[in-house]
Amino acid sequence: MDKILEIDNLVTAYQGKEGFVHAVDGVSFDLNRGETVCIVGESGSGKSVTSMSIMRLVEFENGTIKEGTIKFNGEDLAQKSNEEMRKIRGSKISMIFQEPLTALNPVFTIGKQITEAILFHHKVGKKEAYRRAEELVRMVGISDPQARLKQYPHELSGGMRQRVMIAIALASEPELLIADEPTTALDVTIEAQILELLRSLRRDRNMSIMLITHDIGVAAEMADRIIIMYAGKIMEISKTQDLFDQPLHPYSKGLLDSVPRMDGQRGVPLNSIKGSIPRLNEVPKGCRFSPRCPYATEKCHAEMPPLEARGDRQVACWHVDRLLQDESLKNEIKGGGMDESGVKELSY
Amino acid sequence: MNQELKNSPTEQSEPLLKIENLKKYFPIKGGGYFKGNKKVVKAVDGVSFEIYRGETLGLVGESGCGKSTLGRNILRLQEPTEGRVFFKENDILAYRSHEMRKLRRQMQIIYQDPFSSLNPRFTVGEIIGEMFDIHGVAKGAEKEKKVKEMIELVGLDPSRYHSYPHEFSGGQRQRVGIARALALNPEFVVADEPVSALDVSVQSQVINLLMKLKEELGLTMLFIAHGLNVVRHISDRVGVMYLGRIVELSETDNIFDYPAHPYTAALLSTVPEADPRLKKERIVLKGEVPSPANSQAAAISEPDVL
Ligand SMILES: Nc1ncnc2c1ncn2[C@@H]1O[C@H](COP(=O)(O)OP(=O)(O)OP(=O)(O)O)[C@@H](O)[C@H]1O
Ligand SMILES: Nc1ncnc2c1ncn2[C@@H]1O[C@H](COP(=O)(O)OP(=O)(O)OP(=O)(O)O)[C@@H](O)[C@H]1O
Ligand code: SF4
Ligand SMILES: [Mg+2]
Ligand SMILES: [Mg+2]
Repeated sequence: MDKILEIDNLVTAYQGKEGFVHAVDGVSFDLNRGETVCIVGESGSGKSVTSMSIMRLVEFENGTIKEGTIKFNGEDLAQKSNEEMRKIRGSKISMIFQEPLTALNPVFTIGKQITEAILFHHKVGKKEAYRRAEELVRMVGISDPQARLKQYPHELSGGMRQRVMIAIALASEPELLIADEPTTALDVTIEAQILELLRSLRRDRNMSIMLITHDIGVAAEMADRIIIMYAGKIMEISKTQDLFDQPLHPYSKGLLDSVPRMDGQRGVPLNSIKGSIPRLNEVPKGCRFSPRCPYATEKCHAEMPPLEARGDRQVACWHVDRLLQDESLKNEIKGGGMDESGVKELSY
Repeated sequence: MNQELKNSPTEQSEPLLKIENLKKYFPIKGGGYFKGNKKVVKAVDGVSFEIYRGETLGLVGESGCGKSTLGRNILRLQEPTEGRVFFKENDILAYRSHEMRKLRRQMQIIYQDPFSSLNPRFTVGEIIGEMFDIHGVAKGAEKEKKVKEMIELVGLDPSRYHSYPHEFSGGQRQRVGIARALALNPEFVVADEPVSALDVSVQSQVINLLMKLKEELGLTMLFIAHGLNVVRHISDRVGVMYLGRIVELSETDNIFDYPAHPYTAALLSTVPEADPRLKKERIVLKGEVPSPANSQAAAISEPDVL
């Protein structure tokens, strides 16, 4: 398949009080053209740092890419000069940030900010830029674009501002869109509108999308594949349906189990992952999840499992088989035995 | 179903709290050019319902529809513009401040944001202990003992008595907030988005804690949240709020299985489902919540289906 992004062994570190901390520690994954991949994980797991590394924005926050390659259309972004990166950022790769209000300039109208973005990336006149701005604004689902373009950011609601940010991000017609929690600050109805918009971009423009979220529901709806991250490392990469049918990693399973399901039994205690994500300067020596993992053994505490292929999935855990065995037992007890997908899962 | 009957609050208990035609209007600064034509935001606009003893009533609705304002006004942390609030059949809006202060012991609030709702300069022991001080309930060694009991009750180690908020994770801080709210053993608690700011893994811990406390302490709760899956899980009944009004209120299973109001149906259809097999037809509400300032114009109609 045609790969637009290939990340290999990315290590990104920040200079902290007690020396370097590795916020992203040996992360590798690919993104296919036209594919939507979601990165999911608890707060502090390194999702934003991963995307800021791709954009080469970590340097502006005292971070460094210490190792690894970030190939975008075959060219290593980690080796680009700042000048070259400036040209790629916001043109071939665009990013939508978590906080829409702070990302827009409060003193300029929406229209000015979008036309600027268009003029920056395309050789067109002002009039044409304005016409395209109207088109973009309409495309992101804002009605009455002519009136809206004359407004200032504070005159718009959170959802509208986020859509304006998306319009700006799309001004350059990027090949890759990185969206870092684009809906976290918004409520469900507006979230639904933005997600629908992202889906249509993918459908109509074959855009590749890297979506960061800690909402498993959002990932389930949007992703072709899901990357589960924890404490700077990737724990599992699976096709969305496969992950929900049977997570391979204890952490993935913990995450999925802790979300109340709309079709689940009400009022019963939810499963939860005990403990919390370690601070970066005190990550455990072996598997990073070992202090919280119900399957942890001596080996886990001593040695970090590598991310390894299992069928067309990838997982970093010493004891995947034990987890699967447990699950199949549970299924048998539940009665009706295993369904076919369970059997398939076990016979990798 | 049998269980549903048992859960039905009307069947088994009396209302602990009764709200009648509650309104809260905020004046808008600089609104209107003409004098006497003052504009107001009708944040809560004529809400009536009852909450039964031991019940968890969920409250959902879009951002800005008035959920927090309603919660605050029920507790009289803000003075309602109009309406009545009965707590155990007493009209508490008629209470004087010293009567209200006494009542505070029985009605508490848990806030959304575990990061800003705790004073960073106080230790956990002081933050929770303050509740005993304010109401003169316990002092010295006895206070310390009670505080430690609370810390333990919410699943933290009592040795954290001398720790400061910044030494805790988000979920732990939220537990401290809960311990503080429950310190005086209140009968009624408004939980205003108590888990929205937390990671899913931590969310489930706090939800479990709240359910356990409800069970053990017989707590009655108004549970405000925008995560519909969370509300469904924890609530006995659910109220749906839109533009300052309750448009539908019913038993949880009823609301989720047979939404009667088109707005409820639209709201439900937007929930991202944590299972790709359950993907469904979405009713995408076009546009956004009209500002409550001009809500007369915003009659709710059959939402557009995209
Ligand atoms: N500028 C920085 N300086 C030092 N440490 C940083 C910086 N930015 C991020 N970190 C650290 O890197 C780790 C990963 O942070 P990151 O922002 O990538 O998390 P995240 O997965 O995006 O979490 P969230 O869901 O909260 O957005 C965290 O421990 C964070 O404290
Ligand atoms: N002190 C205030 N002065 C003026 N307007 C206010 C005040 N407090 C709330 N409002 C307005 O009242 C309306 C309802 O606000 P409220 O905070 O109750 O909404 P909410 O449903 O809790 O929203 P969210 O889900 O975003 O927390 C909003 O339009 C808000 O701007
Ligand atoms: S390697 Fe061990 S500790 Fe880590 S997730 Fe797997 S079983 Fe758990
Ligand atoms: Mg982030
Ligand atoms: Mg609120």
